[in-house]
Amino acid sequence: MDTIKIVLAGQPNVGKSMLINAMSGSNGLKVGNFSGVTVEKTEVCFEHHCHQFEMVDLPGTYSIRGFSKEEKVAYEYLSNEEYDVIINVLDSTHLQRNLLLTLELLKLNKKMVLALNMADEAKKEGIDIDVKQLEKIIGVPVVLVSANTKEGVDELLDKIHDIADSCYRPKSNITYSDAMEEEILDIQKFLDDRGFKIRDLSSREIATRLLFEDKDLYKELRDEPIMIELQPLVLKALQHLYTHHETKNIKEIKYNEYNAIARGIKMEVIKCNRAGSGKNLTKKIDDVLIHKYFGIPIFLFLMWGLFHLIFTIGDIPVEIISRAFSSFGAWMGSHISNEFLRNVIVDGIIAGVGAVLSFLPNIILLYIGIALLETTGYMSRVAFLLDGFFHKFGLHGKSFIPLVTGFGCSVPAYMAARTLKSEKDRLITLFIIGFMSCGARLPIYMLFTSAFIEDKSIAGNVLFVIYISGALLGLVMAKILRVVVFKGEDEPFVMEMPKYRFPSFKLIWHTVYNNAKGYVKKAGSFILLASILVWVLATYPSQKGIEESYIAKIEQTQNMQEKLDLENELNVKKLENSYLGQIGKATEPFFRPLGFDWKMVVALESGLAAKEIVVSTLSILYNGKGDTLANRLRDSIPPASAMAFIVFVMLYLPCLAASMVFAKEAGGYKYLVYLFIFTTATAWIFSFITYKAVELFV
Amino acid sequence: MKLLELHKGDRALIKKVDTDEALKTRLASFGVVRGSELTVEACSIGKQTMEILVDGTLIGLRGEEAEKIEVEKL
Ligand SMILES: Nc1nc2c(ncn2[C@@H]2O[C@H](COP(=O)(O)OP(=O)(O)OP(=O)(O)O)[C@@H](O)[C@H]2O)c(=O)[nH]1
Ligand SMILES: [Mg+2]
Repeated sequence: MDTIKIVLAGQPNVGKSMLINAMSGSNGLKVGNFSGVTVEKTEVCFEHHCHQFEMVDLPGTYSIRGFSKEEKVAYEYLSNEEYDVIINVLDSTHLQRNLLLTLELLKLNKKMVLALNMADEAKKEGIDIDVKQLEKIIGVPVVLVSANTKEGVDELLDKIHDIADSCYRPKSNITYSDAMEEEILDIQKFLDDRGFKIRDLSSREIATRLLFEDKDLYKELRDEPIMIELQPLVLKALQHLYTHHETKNIKEIKYNEYNAIARGIKMEVIKCNRAGSGKNLTKKIDDVLIHKYFGIPIFLFLMWGLFHLIFTIGDIPVEIISRAFSSFGAWMGSHISNEFLRNVIVDGIIAGVGAVLSFLPNIILLYIGIALLETTGYMSRVAFLLDGFFHKFGLHGKSFIPLVTGFGCSVPAYMAARTLKSEKDRLITLFIIGFMSCGARLPIYMLFTSAFIEDKSIAGNVLFVIYISGALLGLVMAKILRVVVFKGEDEPFVMEMPKYRFPSFKLIWHTVYNNAKGYVKKAGSFILLASILVWVLATYPSQKGIEESYIAKIEQTQNMQEKLDLENELNVKKLENSYLGQIGKATEPFFRPLGFDWKMVVALESGLAAKEIVVSTLSILYNGKGDTLANRLRDSIPPASAMAFIVFVMLYLPCLAASMVFAKEAGGYKYLVYLFIFTTATAWIFSFITYKAVELFV
Repeated sequence: MKLLELHKGDRALIKKVDTDEALKTRLASFGVVRGSELTVEACSIGKQTMEILVDGTLIGLRGEEAEKIEVEKL
């Protein structure tokens, strides 16, 4: 079977990822309504008409020589890798701007198809595109598609098919400004007269490249004798262009020319253009959401509402699930005769994994909130609103995007920071992403708030305060980093504001489903193994001596209460002398000023592997029959320690997977060492302050 | 006059974009070049950031950048 390698290139937010999803019939690629959703090239393979299609999704790039890190990925791929066909994806409703990139892509001289995406939106806005005419001008096949309604998708696949099999080269009919055309013609004639050829470039192409000062071409021409005669010709031509464009900057001349061409093409191919309804709607919504004074309060209100929902609605199924798990545990317990197996399964796996899974409803609500932010177009607006505020703290408005992503999971958040152009902005953002509590920390907060706050109606507020104070502290830390470590110039803020889109239920569903699936999968694999490990470490070495002496004592007493007390004492002793107990006890002194007992210490340490494990470890260590974990925690942990614990969890090092990604993105393990010191110190100090303050006042 | 001096709802013609090379490229790819027309759609408090509409594209930019764009009010 033949393999066709296809690469999708286009400006950001034109629907490249969604188009691949539509073509391949899967939903694996992340889609969102803002620039910079895809930050790394991703491959998707599928079969079509007996061909293996290999599609490469690239980060969007406004112009071919990118501005930020993720855009460079696109450039490097397009110019250095092997592939068969480029699909240049364009947003039909922003044709003119998108054509600028198309003009640059044409220079690559590769097989190309233009996919005019968002046909459904164009129709709604009354934009009618003459595809045939556009084909004639650009010289490559053009297909009108919609990744949303899937119209034109089959036609696009067929076109790719045809073009991959044919031996075609783009032959465009693009005309520049009169001045430019005049000079091109001049040079072209000279080249033709001499019969000069280089690579497979036409003489017209050579002439334009000479005028636009294409460095590669100049390098190749340097040793050619024809250069002597060519040089004065080009010089004269440039003089003409300088006066025509009123600037001596050849790049600027190039943009001006390209913009003029794009405008010209648009005039030629867009037939009827009545005022669109979509734009007006965006305007109306923007009048409210980015209102001068109400914009930020509205955003805070929405966040607050989300955390209330997470607490109030999310908590109903949580109770049901955790009850289901404890009865399941009891049932399993009564059916397994082998004692070791029973204990591993009931006290290790079911206790640990069950505790993590019971928070799934809250996690889903959190993901729905983030998905709405990402898919409606509100994300860029908030970045816009917060830039002024962020700027004062030495951060860039765009940092908001990785930071918000961090509320879901730190791993994609670290990668999302690539959209920041300045290396310093990027590093500062990387360092504070961990302060945005990730989804896996939510269960810990949920557990402690439901254990220590009796009034359910304020528990949502507490959750909101936890998240906001983490974020605010992150900002303060950013300022400190900016002043002390990463001094330097401010980076300009320019950002496209996408139009508002009402996300389809399907899109939200897939985004949330993918994330929820990840959470469940992790609970069923990594967390499961970790739970077994924690259980083993908490059970061994077996202490026959102590056990026997206690059993003897228990048998001697008649008093029921005393018997129970002795039994509890035995359990505590056994736990304290287990491997885990020894580890906890050894590191406990470091945490003693924060009021943590050794079990909390162990839970924190296990959380370095994954934050979910904090909950599963607590569930295994504060083991008690019948009662809920929250109640057991309330009985054994003083409130001040609990508060300090939450603060520590909020601020300390992200999980192992995230730490690795951090090291990679920051550019070395030395940064991970800095991050470890930075976060541990911050967490310790703030946790200590919290502990003392709560002790003093409560 | 400068873009920064405009208010919400104003329309203007771009005369000159006076920034460094990288930013100029970025602005050009949004259609912000000499001769384009823009409308100011929104401003945040103290004009820290502004939202402008150029050729159907909404762009958010910071006041400092808006100061580097020379315009002629229409
Ligand atoms: N109405 C409509 N919306 C679309 C269509 N294609 C994509 N979208 C929306 O456009 C937005 C951007 O889609 P993505 O697939 O994330 O865009 P992208 O080009 O991959 O963006 P980057 O990864 O940031 O470069 C999303 O909100 C999609 O829902 C379409 O054909 N019709
Ligand atoms: Mg994408």
